[in-house]
Amino acid sequence: MDFEPNSEQQMLIDQVRRYVREEIIPLEAKLDPDASELAPEDHARLVEKTKAMGLFGIDIPKEFGGPDIDIVTRTLLAIEMAQHRAGLYVPCYGTFGGAGLAQIFEANDDQKERYLYPTLRGEKKAFFGLTEPSGGSDPARAIQTKAERKDNGWVLNGAKIFISNADRAQYGIVFARTDASKGRAGITCFIVDSDTPGFHVRRVVHTLRSSHYATELEFKDCWVSDHQVLGEVNKGFAVANDRLTRQRIPYAAGCIGVAIAAHEMAIEWAKIRTTFGEKLANRQAVQWMLVDNEIDIRTARHFTLEAAEKARQGVPFRTEAAIAKLTASEGGGRVVDRAMQIHGGMGMTKDLPLERWYREMRIRRVGEGPSEVQRMVIAREILGSSLR
Amino acid sequence: MSIRLRLDKPWRPLAAPEIARLPGQLGVYQIADATGTILFIGQAGARSTFGLRSELQRELAERGAGCQFRVEVNMQYRSRWFELLMVHKADHGALPPDNARNPPPNLGRLSPSSSSPPRRGEAG
Repeated sequence: MDFEPNSEQQMLIDQVRRYVREEIIPLEAKLDPDASELAPEDHARLVEKTKAMGLFGIDIPKEFGGPDIDIVTRTLLAIEMAQHRAGLYVPCYGTFGGAGLAQIFEANDDQKERYLYPTLRGEKKAFFGLTEPSGGSDPARAIQTKAERKDNGWVLNGAKIFISNADRAQYGIVFARTDASKGRAGITCFIVDSDTPGFHVRRVVHTLRSSHYATELEFKDCWVSDHQVLGEVNKGFAVANDRLTRQRIPYAAGCIGVAIAAHEMAIEWAKIRTTFGEKLANRQAVQWMLVDNEIDIRTARHFTLEAAEKARQGVPFRTEAAIAKLTASEGGGRVVDRAMQIHGGMGMTKDLPLERWYREMRIRRVGEGPSEVQRMVIAREILGSSLR
Repeated sequence: MSIRLRLDKPWRPLAAPEIARLPGQLGVYQIADATGTILFIGQAGARSTFGLRSELQRELAERGAGCQFRVEVNMQYRSRWFELLMVHKADHGALPPDNARNPPPNLGRLSPSSSSPPRRGEAG
């Protein structure tokens, strides 16, 4: 496969790169180093710019008004959008818009009117309620939140943890067990309005990401009607699983973007910094660190674009997405670590974005399925077929 | 060091000698009037020259004598700041008056139980 951008892709890459460097980074320099939001007036102004660029709502499917950009191109652009201090988790501070949760596109017509379209218009925000205190890597078995039939609806009881944006969202997609005897075939996906009685955001969960927090949720006799079932009863796991696989590609792209930015900083610093009468760039120890960075980045980029290309072709890409997520999150972490080492003491300070990337990149080896689960997915493929 | 959901340390007078003893670290703080009513919840972020000490010096210069303060050193100063604001709003129905004048955009909402148990690893 040839992953060199074609001329149209390169034009879009250049456009987004310029936007990051000329619009985002100068504004970011005035914010707290851990900030994850722009001032509302700056955000509104930049949204108008991305709309004028024809790139707003880049992940929204064409039939819902998106700009109809294929997933390979979107991946190339996601790599660019992440190349600033907050870029790993808040690429361009959300000024390119978002599609919301992928699952909501599978809603029925009534649900689309109530949730999808308001989300696409920016009127509603959503959270994704999957992980529970009993575990996140094996949702099929770990989900203990129960939904029991009552009064033409369902009563939810249980807890969720590490849920982003639940305190700010108007609704969420919540997975609950509707048949305890059926394992992964006993899980149903519900749309829960956040003002539903019995829904509580109990606390903030602080993590390495000071810029943003997760929350812990409680469902206490939280009744929702049958109209709130997303998809079919007992078929919620497939909905969750599809999302987890698709999400791994942009997740990997963000890691690559930050790795590239850290690598470029390290190269620049190595060329100007002199120690013991010699530029760092002339020292073999530093050269080898830069070489290893280059290899980590190229490897992750190759595998991530391979996964995106398979997704574009509509062929199975679960294994490729797992390889992409694994190589990008682990390789990206190594690149940032080496860039910090090359920068010495300055690399540890909040004056530079490296320390934020270091903290946030660490989470990437766990979020969206930890490295070990990615390896399980890949091993299953290897052992289930031949070694080719 | 443990962190409780609510910042419930004893108040200290907002006065130069007390502030001089503060660390130059990042964290969050609360300002109250003489009766202990919280007026403001602030953060000392990485742009503060000497962290909490600088922020409290600024508060003293702006407010004058008669107030009280308490601090918490916390590298997660931003998420902790959001948390304290949300907990205050849940407890009192509104933000502290000096935060309400310029509230952070998109502040979330919490419904913590009034007797939230200590977090895992937290001192009882």
